[in-house]
Amino acid sequence: MAIQLPIYMDNHATTPVDPRVIEAMLPYFNQKFGNAASRSHVFGWTAEESVSYAREQIAKLIGAESEKEIVFTSGATESDNVALKGIAEFYKDKGDHIITSVVEHKAILDSCKRLEKEGYRVTYLGVGKDGRVDPDDVKRAITDRTILVSIMLANNEVGTVNPIAEIGKITRERGVLFHSDAVQGVGKVPFDVQKMNVDLASVTAHKMYGPKGVGALYIRRSRPRVRLVAQMDGGGHERGVRSGTLNVPGIVGFGKAADLMLKEGPAENARILGQREHLRKRLTSSLEEVQLNGSLEHRLPGNLNLSFAFVEGEAMMMAIKDVAVSSGSACTSASLEPSYVLRAMGVGEELAHSSIRFGIGRFNTDEEIDYVADLVTASVRKLREMSPLYEMHKEGIDLKSIQWAAH
Amino acid sequence: MAYSNKVIDHYENPRNVGTLDKDDPNVGTGLVGAPACGDVMRLQIRVSDEGVIEDAKFKTFGCGSAIASSSLATEWLKGKTVEEANTIRNTMIVQELNLPPVKVHCSVLAEDAIKSAIEDFKRKRSARHTLETAAPAMEIVVPAK
Repeated sequence: MAIQLPIYMDNHATTPVDPRVIEAMLPYFNQKFGNAASRSHVFGWTAEESVSYAREQIAKLIGAESEKEIVFTSGATESDNVALKGIAEFYKDKGDHIITSVVEHKAILDSCKRLEKEGYRVTYLGVGKDGRVDPDDVKRAITDRTILVSIMLANNEVGTVNPIAEIGKITRERGVLFHSDAVQGVGKVPFDVQKMNVDLASVTAHKMYGPKGVGALYIRRSRPRVRLVAQMDGGGHERGVRSGTLNVPGIVGFGKAADLMLKEGPAENARILGQREHLRKRLTSSLEEVQLNGSLEHRLPGNLNLSFAFVEGEAMMMAIKDVAVSSGSACTSASLEPSYVLRAMGVGEELAHSSIRFGIGRFNTDEEIDYVADLVTASVRKLREMSPLYEMHKEGIDLKSIQWAAH
Repeated sequence: MAYSNKVIDHYENPRNVGTLDKDDPNVGTGLVGAPACGDVMRLQIRVSDEGVIEDAKFKTFGCGSAIASSSLATEWLKGKTVEEANTIRNTMIVQELNLPPVKVHCSVLAEDAIKSAIEDFKRKRSARHTLETAAPAMEIVVPAK
């Protein structure tokens, strides 16, 4: 099969919508377009039924007891915001302490910072070299004033999967609520809110071949019944947790995407893992000084985060411009700071600048994997020939022995 | 962020990538930046006895704009006298390459690299000069040109 350029290999950023999802959504734009909150006619009833069906599909995917535990939002950022701020506000008489990790998504970290300004205390747990949170750290950090622990299922940059079940066991024993930003991991690695004692979970459609602009927050309804204060006021939709007319086409697409993930996920993940390992082995065998960032064992199947020493990440991306990937290099961010996730894992700044994240997904072919392996190998070689650091490394100069002038 | 055509051209066809003998008394070497900051430029010039830059080479660890800035700098340096080279300013590089504000630091680094290479060359030359004038009786070994 001929390779079509450009190749999309950035499936942690977003995924293309599966054609079957689009097909499921289409009637909801102009035929079944009713408002799910309209109680007085068939248009509204049809919309409500479809929303309810999607709720069931999503509940099944994450192992929720009831579809009533699924609240639709505009995406995972909103889900994270509602979870943290809503819980903090509701349980403020019980405590003022929240535990999270330094490698969470900005939606969690910035919500925590906001809460700190309001007087809450937040413990940011560090991670090991493999990028995982140690459950013992969670255990030690819990105090009588702790109301919530929020730890992501899988990291968006390095794909590291956290020991959610072990953390859930601890939070349940200590009677502390447990939220997990499960955006990257749902459908790709085992995740079950019942078995893992997760009380709240954020998910989004566009990371699982559904549309953008629709997400969900799982809120446990029994043992324990989780309460929170709505952060959006209005018509009292979604059991009062999230006011606003429901995005019915998006929700229908989300449901369909979840259903496909449930049915096809296991086979798909095995295939993607095979492709990921093929890419990893090809790159690490043909190039020297390539470092894998994050755990190999506890990792999303489609994630490969590598640092190609002596080559800067943005220059790399320019060299492979027909392949969409991302980098932890500062040059790719507005902040001019390299990835905070990599730095938290103890990856040196120079290697953080040299990192490339490959995100393999449902629609990547074996031919594309080989094409990318060839292109990356050639590009790294070319850029290393231009790199003073590589030349010094080859001459046996220890780059750490040089007094660099920071700028 | 989209790159300007000139940045892409220099990035894809970099001019004067390479290494000059840093021990050559006519060669000045500038090494600026830091790996931790994501940019390191090494720029070298070889200056004739008449003070004209005969050759310039670079190697850069950095983003496309950093590579383009140093590539352009070597292009501009060749054929200039050392004094003329000293007048190259980062703003000229920004203008030529259409660098966006977030990439201005790449041009600053290139200007620093030029200055640093010239300083290195001048230091070498004055050291040689001092040796020649301060100890005229000594036999000075000047490497063959």
